[in-house]
Amino acid sequence: MKFSESWLRELVDPALDNAQLAELLTMAGLEVEGNDPAAPIFDQVVVAQVVDVRKHENAEKLNVCKVDAGQGGELLQIVCGAPNVAPGVKVPCALVGANLPGDFKIKEAKLRGVESFGMLCSARELGVSEESDGLLLLPGDAPVGASFRDYYQLDDRILTLKLTPNRADCLSLTGIAREVAALTAGAYKPVAVAPAMVRIDTQRAVRLEAGNACPRYAGRVIQGVNAAAATPAWMKRRLERSGVRSISALVDITNYVLMELGQPMHAFDNARLQGDIVVRMAKPSESLELLNGKQLALETDMLVIADASGPVALAGIMGGMLTSVRLGQTQDVFLESAFFSPSVINGKARRLGFGSDSSYRYERGVDFGNCRQAMERATELILAICGGNPGPITETLTELPKRAAVSLRVPRVARVLGIDLGAEQIIGMLKKLGLQVEREEQVLNVVPSSYRFDINIEEDLIEEVARLYGYDNLPTRPPVSVQAMLKQDGKLRSALSVKLALAARDYQEIVSYAFVEAQWEADFAANNAPVKLLNPIASQMSVMRSTLIGGLVSTLITNLNRKHERVRLFEVARVFHGLAADEQPEKLAGLAYGSRQHEQWGVDATRIDFYDVKADVEALLAPRQAGFEKADHPAFHPGRCAQIVLDGQVIGVLGELHPKWVQNYDLPAAPVLFEMDLAALIERDLILAKSVSKLQPVRRDLAFVVDDAVQYQDILDAMASVKSACVTTIEGFDVYRGKGVPEGKKSLAFKVVLQDTQKTLSDAEIDLAVSQLVAALQQRHDAQLRS
Amino acid sequence: MSNVQTLLDEGLVALAATADPVELENVKARYLGKSGALTELLKQLGALSPEDKRTQGAVINQAKQTFEAALNGRRDALASEQLKQQLAAEALDVTLPGRGDGPGGLHPVTLVKERIVALFQSMGFEVADGPEIEGDWHNFEALNIPRDHPARAMQDTFYVASKANETMVLRTHTSPIQVRYMQNNKPPIKIVAPGRVYRVDSDATHSPMFHQMEGLWVEEGVSFADLKATITDWLRNFFERDDLQVRFRPSFFPFTEPSAEVDVLGDRGWLEIGGCGMVHPNVLRNVGIDPETYTGFAFGFGLDRFAMLYYGVNDLRLFFENDLTFLGQFR
Repeated sequence: MKFSESWLRELVDPALDNAQLAELLTMAGLEVEGNDPAAPIFDQVVVAQVVDVRKHENAEKLNVCKVDAGQGGELLQIVCGAPNVAPGVKVPCALVGANLPGDFKIKEAKLRGVESFGMLCSARELGVSEESDGLLLLPGDAPVGASFRDYYQLDDRILTLKLTPNRADCLSLTGIAREVAALTAGAYKPVAVAPAMVRIDTQRAVRLEAGNACPRYAGRVIQGVNAAAATPAWMKRRLERSGVRSISALVDITNYVLMELGQPMHAFDNARLQGDIVVRMAKPSESLELLNGKQLALETDMLVIADASGPVALAGIMGGMLTSVRLGQTQDVFLESAFFSPSVINGKARRLGFGSDSSYRYERGVDFGNCRQAMERATELILAICGGNPGPITETLTELPKRAAVSLRVPRVARVLGIDLGAEQIIGMLKKLGLQVEREEQVLNVVPSSYRFDINIEEDLIEEVARLYGYDNLPTRPPVSVQAMLKQDGKLRSALSVKLALAARDYQEIVSYAFVEAQWEADFAANNAPVKLLNPIASQMSVMRSTLIGGLVSTLITNLNRKHERVRLFEVARVFHGLAADEQPEKLAGLAYGSRQHEQWGVDATRIDFYDVKADVEALLAPRQAGFEKADHPAFHPGRCAQIVLDGQVIGVLGELHPKWVQNYDLPAAPVLFEMDLAALIERDLILAKSVSKLQPVRRDLAFVVDDAVQYQDILDAMASVKSACVTTIEGFDVYRGKGVPEGKKSLAFKVVLQDTQKTLSDAEIDLAVSQLVAALQQRHDAQLRS
Repeated sequence: MSNVQTLLDEGLVALAATADPVELENVKARYLGKSGALTELLKQLGALSPEDKRTQGAVINQAKQTFEAALNGRRDALASEQLKQQLAAEALDVTLPGRGDGPGGLHPVTLVKERIVALFQSMGFEVADGPEIEGDWHNFEALNIPRDHPARAMQDTFYVASKANETMVLRTHTSPIQVRYMQNNKPPIKIVAPGRVYRVDSDATHSPMFHQMEGLWVEEGVSFADLKATITDWLRNFFERDDLQVRFRPSFFPFTEPSAEVDVLGDRGWLEIGGCGMVHPNVLRNVGIDPETYTGFAFGFGLDRFAMLYYGVNDLRLFFENDLTFLGQFR
């Protein structure tokens, strides 16, 4: 909502300057988001009349003019290049010494040998509008010599309000003025409208057949209007400052009434209407060509204005093309001033993909008590500007919205706002807002006005009280409440601690979009039926991801393009397997690419591999120990991929990116990635300390030769199956293939630590324990002890 | 006599001239060895009279002690010289960088989120979360935003293809977390709920995915005065400025009444940083909480915007580009 400050001040003029007025509105919930001068600063520009024009002798396009600028009868000689200069026209004239916008100072000058004392101005040169078709021509009655700023009311400001949807009542100058008056106790001078003298008895009958959707419709025929009449400058100016383009007198007048009173109006060409007006829901397969040129197939939940021939306007949203007012043709108009219920207009503009100033207001609520006054105001303006003879107003009325009394309990105000304002003060505030208040002890029964659609419950009134009292004035009091500590589950750690652990291992957290390319889902998750968005902003953001891998790979590419050679990333986010809440688990995924350590002196630039990242995963899970089982996963190299298993549950996957994706995504080398359930990472076991033996541990190193196909874990499992009481640790420390080990075999070396809690182990006991391990391996995996 | 003195003088000179332990041992041998010069003199004492033996013996022993003292002194000097040289040879360039890996880091929005969460936890707020694909009821209806209400236009919604009867959306705000939490918990309720949210909007100041944090306190006797104090306290602690000016002005959200917009006074005037208000009675009723007994306040704000303010970032898109040079600053 945009409007000129001077227009508002005509209706209410509080003793506040511009900044104070803006502050007042903002702090009352009518946020001023723009407060701009109507025109840039300039001075010494006056209304002048061109008296004489003759051609410049040395310049084709210049004229030498004699200009009466009201300088005591003395005419100024001014050289002018505008094509529309002519004797008799009135134009703004910048005198010698004037400062124009853009730091332009007017001096005495000689143009091609002819002296010039000033400058005749275009609207653009003065910053009044963007138009630049020559000089700004002023009406014949403009007073010569008067300050142009004053004459054109340029010392005005344009305020732009960012109105919330509940304050439809402030979508007009009248509404804002009412509000300002309530806030300042300033005198409000409503627009005075006298009913027009009815000169003809032509009228058009109106039938309301849509019940609550349109309970009030006022119509009037005005005959003999001059549709081609010029819109007066003052009206044009106000409309322009409200951001409304001037179109023609009749349209401008309805727009002016809309801005002034908040009542949307429509003017039909009366000659193009046939028979009675009917307000009804559209019938199946009806259509209507709208003013914006669109041919609309009407739906049965759309309210239309129809005549005998069918729909002629989409009620409250837009008029029809066929019955619209035409310049030079229209002589008789049929004016509409109606109330359409918000519920019938709501959502239609969004469904159609276009709205109007009218639909914007109707969906938020238009004052249903205002139709007749608006009709009279429009009539008054049409008669004054376009002439014509008005007929009587035909007003049809069914059931208007009820304004039920809302009860406000005075103690409830104190409870919600934290301050006891007392009944009298509250009543005073509500009355200022034009609400009817009846008091029953500590309960106030309040009837909202016809222009307020946002007062339905007690809290709505409490907000009004808070607004008028001033949010700034309400108390700010540190809360007093029963204190209780937050529970802390010892079996859970925070997601933050998991993130910090990864960051400490040189991974950088990223945030990537949850909507991705469908191709990523197919490539990295073999998911051909991902959750789809119905209205994605771009095709490469059209499905919800079920894996975080795509975001990591794409971030890798971004950073490789920016010359990073070593990239280590992770993200914690939800993935989407379905729409239900439990199908949207949080995952943690990571990616490592490039050298094991960042390039530095004294360190080999060894590329990262599966086992480096496995160590990160193990560290993240520690002290819990997960199993890693060979697995197939669409994203990963089939021989370099493991699923991560904890307590028998698969909690994630680790692998090197499949070579085909390395190629498809144009990567110089393969990154290693992992993805795990955050829930599994957050869980941890309560720690129960074991006693530590003070006896000397004994270490034995054992190396076995086994088939290549035997996995490290197989050996560990076989040794663990012995369940030797004195073996405390078994750890592999070497894997060897080559000289001394037959082809197709490998040697695995283990450190075995033996220790008893009670006694020092004898050699015989140690040898027995070791031989049991060896025997188990021989039996299970045909392992040969290497000597 | 002078013989002994001369011998000693020569010996001391020889010691002083040694350059390394080997030479030193050679000199020692020349004087104190089995057939060393001083040893020889002592051997010759046997031939003297008892009186001469005593006086001459004392002189020679004196000379021997002097020599030995000088020998030890020279040995220490040589050892310390050798150590000094060894240490000098072992010296490092201490300005070479340390070896190993630097740390990674967290995303700036995470850092700011954690900072805010910690502030609220210190006041007894718990952290809650919920799904990001939400039903129309949780995202809108329960929050008093009926279908076709103009308020829906305030949040351009992503819709998700669904076979279910209920329209499914990407949550447009973190407020559905409130709803879910209130459905499952009884007052007193004190939560903050950070999370990713989605709106159909993309330019320098809008990202189609961004982060919000929601706060909710429902308890008997909670009033607007508590709301103002809590928000003010939080903002002053977050920005660590006790004199930070915070202003509340009337606004409209379907799920709160009265509603307020919160501004803080920055170098360039008032800056809008979030919305808040008293929980609308319809919202409480929708989740089975009696608004006659309980009142509450809720607030919501953009975490990305706070991260921008806190770290002086001027383009929201930087948070989602994931350029490592940019992200590397937040350690």
